Amino acid sequence: MAIAEKGKQHLIDPGICIRCNSCEEACTISAITHDERNYVVKPDVCSECRDCVPVCPTGAIDNWFAIVPGEAWSIEEQFSWDELPAPTAAAPPPQPAIPQEVERLTAEATAGQGGPAPAPWSAEKPAVNLYTEKNPITATVTGNLRLTAEGASADIRHIILDFGGAHFPLLEGQNIGIIPPGSDGKGRPHFVRLYSVASPREGERPGYNNCALTVKRVVEDHESRPIRGVCSNYLCDLEKGDKVQVIGPFGANFLMPNHPGSSLMMICTGTGSAPMRAMTERRRRRRELNEGGSLMLFFGARAQDELPYHGPLMKLPQEFIDINFAFSRVPGEPKRYVQDRIRERHEDVWRHLNDEECYIYLCGLKGMEKGVDEAFRDVCRLHGGDWDKLLPQLRGKGRYHIETY
Amino acid sequence: MSIDYSQKIPNNVNLASNKTLQRALEHWQPAFLDWWGEMGPDKSTTADVYLRTAVSAEPQGWAHFDYVRMPDYRWGIFLAPAEEGRKINFGEHMGQPAWQEVPGEYRSTLRRIIVTQGDTEPASVEQQRHLGLTAPSMYDLRNLFQVNVEEGRHLWAMVYLLHAHFGRDGREEGEALLERRSGDADNPRILTAFNEKTPDWLSFFMFTFITDRDGKYQLAALAESGFDPLSRTCRFMLTEEAHHLFVGEQGVARIIQRTCEVMANEKTDDPVRLRALGVIDLPTLQKYLNFHYSVTSDLYGAEVSSNAASYYTNGLKGRFNEAKLEDDHRLDSENYSILDVVDGKIVERQVSALTVLNERLRDDWVKDVQAGVSRWNKVPEKYGIPFRFTLPHKGFNRKIGIFADLHVSPDGRVISEAEWQARVADWMPTAEDRAFVQSLMGRVIEPGKFANWIAPPSRGINNQPVDFEYVRFN
Repeated sequence: MAIAEKGKQHLIDPGICIRCNSCEEACTISAITHDERNYVVKPDVCSECRDCVPVCPTGAIDNWFAIVPGEAWSIEEQFSWDELPAPTAAAPPPQPAIPQEVERLTAEATAGQGGPAPAPWSAEKPAVNLYTEKNPITATVTGNLRLTAEGASADIRHIILDFGGAHFPLLEGQNIGIIPPGSDGKGRPHFVRLYSVASPREGERPGYNNCALTVKRVVEDHESRPIRGVCSNYLCDLEKGDKVQVIGPFGANFLMPNHPGSSLMMICTGTGSAPMRAMTERRRRRRELNEGGSLMLFFGARAQDELPYHGPLMKLPQEFIDINFAFSRVPGEPKRYVQDRIRERHEDVWRHLNDEECYIYLCGLKGMEKGVDEAFRDVCRLHGGDWDKLLPQLRGKGRYHIETY
Repeated sequence: MSIDYSQKIPNNVNLASNKTLQRALEHWQPAFLDWWGEMGPDKSTTADVYLRTAVSAEPQGWAHFDYVRMPDYRWGIFLAPAEEGRKINFGEHMGQPAWQEVPGEYRSTLRRIIVTQGDTEPASVEQQRHLGLTAPSMYDLRNLFQVNVEEGRHLWAMVYLLHAHFGRDGREEGEALLERRSGDADNPRILTAFNEKTPDWLSFFMFTFITDRDGKYQLAALAESGFDPLSRTCRFMLTEEAHHLFVGEQGVARIIQRTCEVMANEKTDDPVRLRALGVIDLPTLQKYLNFHYSVTSDLYGAEVSSNAASYYTNGLKGRFNEAKLEDDHRLDSENYSILDVVDGKIVERQVSALTVLNERLRDDWVKDVQAGVSRWNKVPEKYGIPFRFTLPHKGFNRKIGIFADLHVSPDGRVISEAEWQARVADWMPTAEDRAFVQSLMGRVIEPGKFANWIAPPSRGINNQPVDFEYVRFN
């Protein structure tokens, strides 16, 4: 659909553009053209694919004006400009910038798939960045439960935050930012840390303005060297009634489809289960609506007692969710990872990959990305498919989402 | 194809499948890093810089922004995606499939072309290595570092071609590229303009606006090459080069804007007074423009060139936008108009188009520079200031080609040695001008703050605010 029909227009700022032709070169649908004076975008051709945005060396390309549908500026008008016109009345007020640390963390989390994929077409429109570092919201802790067994090496907690009377809308898959109090060794305030919400949009408990987080106490880094995670330890030590500074919500891509009949394939390890729990819980609460679609979960952990939400998961009926655990440190048993389970279930995985209604989510440690990618490749090969061809299609349709850390 | 960052040398050319080549490049890599340590940006090794790194050569993966500590920047080898069934589109081999390997008869010529292009890349890093110490803002410091790492990557691109396609000779040339030094009396860089100093930020912006634009036109002509690996390499480099042109164009525009602001506020155009107020007067900016424009013009070589003709006929180097031009792409019977000097007068003359391809590429570049200068002129226009920047005549201050032995004024008159000497201080930066510009250089690195002589940009990098912390000092 052309962007103009959506009440938007893509414009190039002639005051910044250096006329390098990179955008016109990058545009595969010839929506960009130029004369001696300006580079311009054809409102009836541009599809908002944004292929031209990364190649622009100036940022001049990145202007998206709200317009009254049918009243886009013609290319002739654009050719005559020396600068952009003032935004029209229809344009929404400018949003505050997403904090740089949040941008950085998001970029890192989605780097494995080359940046965020578009959200599913039917996803609820998310609210983003309502509270920033300059005006955080204060939430109150109303619960802090240990999810892993007392003897387990990992201390993973289910923490419930209440936003009181403040408006803090959240969707499954979105993140919130926590700012730990105090400062680092150099006297600088701590960086914000992002946590994916583990509760569905109506809150951990419907009717209450709250959300849940899944937090693992960090006591070692990725290479098993001892390190004390500032924010995770702060959160894990919180008690009922404590106040927490929160910013967000963040994330407009890793979202679940809303339409009846849509299915989910979820692959996670450890606290990467948070968004999966949120989505599963959303579907569980709507079961009686009989909206159709299925849920398939691949969940990896070292051992059963280190798996957050194991108990509640086991109570879910098999016809509601197809659960596949993979444990990598069970004494006397071979190490099994999520990718092994994906390979074992290749028939169903292949069916889901090719089901236009199935949306796939991957969340957990960065290390899992490669293994899962290879498993999908193997599944495709086994069934005569080509993962390299399929993946861009999945991404393009908002059917494949990665968030790893 | 995405870029494989798990390799020692990130690449999208499946380097791991050619062990000999991989080993050769891995052998060159530490030498490159030593060179970067010695000749790369001064005192930059402890900073985290908000840089753009390609994660794939496709549009969406092209610009990944993150903080990178400069010595840890992942230089690698990226070629634009292959074009299925690409054909040579000019010269005597027109219509034949593009070459994936170097044809034996063009081996030494192609090697020279690649070495000459490759030599400019480390040269400009060397020329700019002290600028970080006098950055007018954190934003500009970040842009300088981005330019520097990309010049470093362009060197990698050329060295890859030398290693992959020119055997032992290529490897030796790769080493020599790290041994020459800009401005070194004994072992200088190949092209004159790349042995000039870039002593201050005005020079840096002029250089990136004008001289990097020569780079753009050379790369664009090589992107047409029948030698496909060279073409694909240059196509990817062009996208990076555009950023350098941007840094230059808006850098100078911001200097002009700041001067115009002060001129309008103080209601003066007196250079002495403006200098006392700490901004660079417009006539001085014009002199810098004259200098950089004329010196860079020489980079295209002599107007009439049999070398350029044979590069074209042999399918090694095309014209700018060759594929989009509508003619026979052989130039057997086409004419082209050039300037010549007859009896002390400058005249136009029609010559065989094939013999003046350097001039044609220079003309394409002139047109592009002129368009940028016209955009600069919108700044004084907006402030109601009558001053307009102009490009000097093509013959002004030339050391190569038809005008080399003459003196030509900026307005295009052939003048005597005496008149040249009497007027040159009006046309080119004097030692005093340079000392004044130098005196303004001081380091401003607080986020959102800018030196007095330059206006902030209207927009930050990657949609970040202008006062974003583009560089984190540790």
